[in-house]
Amino acid sequence: MSRFIDPRAPRSLLPDDVVISRTDAQRVIESVVTLSTADAVQCVIRSSRTRNVRFAANQLSTAGVVEDTTLVVMSYIGKKHSAVTTNDLSPESVERTVRKAEAIARLSPDDPEMLPLLGPQTLRDVSAAWDEETASLAAGIVTAAANTALAPARRPGSTLNVAGFLVTGADAIAIGNSAGHFAYHRGTNANYTLTVRTADGTGSGWSGEDAVAWKSLNFAAVSAQAIEKANSSRNPVAIEPGRYTVILEPQAVGDLVGLMPRYFNARSADEGRSPFAKQGGGNKLGETIVGSMVNLTSDPFDPMVLTQPFDGEGMPLTKQSWITNGTLSTMLVPRSWAARKNLVATGNPNNIVLAGGSTTREQMIASTQRGVLVTRLWYLRETDPRSMSYTGLTRDGTFLIENGKISKSIKNMRFNESPLFLLNNLEALGPVRRTASDGPGTAIMPIVKARDFNFTSLSDAV
Amino acid sequence: MTSRREFVATALATTALAAGALAVGRPRDAAARTRLMPHLQQRMDAPTRDLLMLALDTARRGGASYADVRIQRVQRSAVATRERQVLDVIDSDTIGCGIRALVDGCWGFAATPRLTNDGIQRAASEAVATAKANRIARDRPVELAPNPSHPDATWSSGFTIDPFTISVEEKTSLAIAANAAALSVPGVRFVSTQLQFVKEERNYANTDGSVIAQTLVRTYTPMSITAVSADRSEFAVRDAVVQPTGRGWESVLENNLPVNAKKWAEEAAEKLTAKSVEPGRYDLILHPSNLGLTLHESVAHPTELDRAYGYEANYAGTSFVAPPETVLGALRFGSPIMNIYGDRSQPGGCATIGYDDDGVKPDQFDIIKDGVVVDYQTTREQAMWLDWWYRKRGMPTRSHGCSYADSWSSVQFQRMPNVSIKPGARDLGWNDLIAATDRGIAIQGRGSYSIDQQRFNGQFGGALFHEVRGGKIVGQLKDVAYQFRTTDFWAALDMLGGQKSYELYATFSDGKGQPGQANAVTHGCVPTRHRQINVINTGRKA
Repeated sequence: MSRFIDPRAPRSLLPDDVVISRTDAQRVIESVVTLSTADAVQCVIRSSRTRNVRFAANQLSTAGVVEDTTLVVMSYIGKKHSAVTTNDLSPESVERTVRKAEAIARLSPDDPEMLPLLGPQTLRDVSAAWDEETASLAAGIVTAAANTALAPARRPGSTLNVAGFLVTGADAIAIGNSAGHFAYHRGTNANYTLTVRTADGTGSGWSGEDAVAWKSLNFAAVSAQAIEKANSSRNPVAIEPGRYTVILEPQAVGDLVGLMPRYFNARSADEGRSPFAKQGGGNKLGETIVGSMVNLTSDPFDPMVLTQPFDGEGMPLTKQSWITNGTLSTMLVPRSWAARKNLVATGNPNNIVLAGGSTTREQMIASTQRGVLVTRLWYLRETDPRSMSYTGLTRDGTFLIENGKISKSIKNMRFNESPLFLLNNLEALGPVRRTASDGPGTAIMPIVKARDFNFTSLSDAV
Repeated sequence: MTSRREFVATALATTALAAGALAVGRPRDAAARTRLMPHLQQRMDAPTRDLLMLALDTARRGGASYADVRIQRVQRSAVATRERQVLDVIDSDTIGCGIRALVDGCWGFAATPRLTNDGIQRAASEAVATAKANRIARDRPVELAPNPSHPDATWSSGFTIDPFTISVEEKTSLAIAANAAALSVPGVRFVSTQLQFVKEERNYANTDGSVIAQTLVRTYTPMSITAVSADRSEFAVRDAVVQPTGRGWESVLENNLPVNAKKWAEEAAEKLTAKSVEPGRYDLILHPSNLGLTLHESVAHPTELDRAYGYEANYAGTSFVAPPETVLGALRFGSPIMNIYGDRSQPGGCATIGYDDDGVKPDQFDIIKDGVVVDYQTTREQAMWLDWWYRKRGMPTRSHGCSYADSWSSVQFQRMPNVSIKPGARDLGWNDLIAATDRGIAIQGRGSYSIDQQRFNGQFGGALFHEVRGGKIVGQLKDVAYQFRTTDFWAALDMLGGQKSYELYATFSDGKGQPGQANAVTHGCVPTRHRQINVINTGRKA
């Protein structure tokens, strides 16, 4: 639990309306619907306030607070449509935006795939996604949390160099249209990531946590873990690149497996340009694509996830099981493709959950004769869309395991590997956690052990 | 004092978008569009100036020794198409104010879209409060390098046709015509074309007395063409065909998508049957459209001074070009024919600007001279860190003008200027380098790219690969990626094109910082040849 909440501390100096309320959002959207002369109109309002603190070279560097609210007006005239965005929600600006959207739509060519707007939907709230305290923290509270890393690094005789980032804030989204659909969600988020380097430049360790509420973050534990990794990763030795058994910590699993959701798109597969396209036509739905211990889902209501329960079009999101016991069990079906192929649309997920298992990190290490323990991955880029292959590197804590024990720190390595091959080569799954990276969407990932991970070259980077 | 609404009204009255009708109206004759928009030379309007001064006064009264403020408007317009269909016509407009305050040697920042006296005063106070909270861990107070004030400056980028005056019809019909040309090639099944335009109006003031109004435009028209084999067992993509630019609609017309699309589509179809590369060592001939990204990642990023001092350690990473005390004037980065310079005044560059977000007029500066590192990219704060080096060299300690924030809502920090390679002395071109090569691979267009956090180990693909044998192109290859240790790769540079082969490569979205910010940047490049580089085969079947 965080010790950095002081009830007597001043709140933010900015006005109290942290993000747009449901009522205000409804009012703006109703005014757009009233003003509209198009056949149909849909609005999206996004509102946020965040506070961040950066530190590096053992000092605070930049810090700030940012707020903004934007309105998107999408006008539909016949089969023509447009989207116009403004961040000025005054009545004059809203009217100007509506008129501009209509003017642009009128001049646009027809869209043969244009869909009717969604009507009223049944939506479940994710009210646990909001934490009042997290929404409006004052500057001093956030900088004080940075001291869990700065204080030990600034102690006389310390050989640590710390760089970290704390970001906390609130956001709200509202979607509504002339067909009677209205959806609203607000959530908070707190995130702390830390990189600790040793003064001799040979060791680097990373740790991070992400949560709905500031008070759930364990700052001291994150700082301690990154410091421990930096110290134990000093003076790495080179090992020969090649295929190794790996233990990937949850962050590393998220870095690779978190890339998978967009490949589940049924349209790309049906069009023959996806790893899930079937030779001769169609897609691989129902086929075994990875090892049988793999269950991959998206679920905004999962207590570890708690994300917005509808997508950018306003489609309600429910639990989707993309992979069930290794079988491709659902494909991501956009509304437009569902309409053309007579399928059920899935909505576009904003989270990904790989189910864990019961093998602990210690058991994974103890059962490994020779393998590599990886903290996180970096700079992943697709090298072959046909097999979902990526290249990237290990970073901030890479260790050799020999005879059931971590034996030494090793140099980072580049890999060329596909999350599909990783999930096909699994040997064990462990406990899950919420990853803390900057990636899109929330990811819940286990620590995993897998064989034959393809490391292709060495890097001198620390 | 002025309300936000008045500012908006003023801003609108002076732009082409003023009457939305103008922007979305019927195509007008080219002659009318070609004249430079007169408003661009206009000085800052009084209401905006008043808000800037209010922000500075509030920060100063709160205890700031220095402050700067930006009221900025960013307009974006995009048309997205696939095959014969328009997917989206999108237009966005954002205005707000970002205030940075320096109190007792520490920075604080606050940003708000509330452009009222109250909104500005609250944000300025929040910036000061945030700076004061930062005082708890400070070793070295922030000091800013000297910079002359620019009390009434204006600047606009060098475009001849403002893309925001082009009608939706003209934009969509051009994209659809390009798509149709690509689809006319057998085997080509999918094509997407987007037209993206950005216009920034940047109003800046600082407590040194600078008041600066600038307007700039950027243009990007990405196109991606996919061929699928008849039995659907293979697909191949040709993209990275057009570079982003700091120019206007005239650049779109010059690129002539509806004519060139057919050639790119043929390249996609041919790629389906291209030979999969045999891994090994090859001489690589890199076209500016491929070299640009490799230079960006392996040379331009590691010579950012904040990275060298560890300021990006938690995200983008640090640098092997460090510590500056040891490497300046000493580290051999590449072969003696390698000369790299930074320049935010380069015409047509995506990072080109009149004055940076510290109020500095950027200069052209050497980063690598005859293969040796001689300087870094800097801001006013960072230039002071190299004071010792500039004194030693008898140079003034001044910023190179690399301060940039990607929006009113982002804090400025060191971002990459246009970083370019100097052409060689001999008047060589792409074909000359091919003709001089016995066994190699000629690579065009950017592809997959990945490099470690200190920029030692890079792996780069491309969009189009041709096998070179005996000085001639003998056919297309696929599944090619080159992997290197940065200094080995640049030491292996043995030929480079001359001035006639100089082209601008660019990217629209270079990421750095926490919270993440995007920077658009150009790299002027000539074709280069690198001897005996490791090539791997990235092809694999699911």
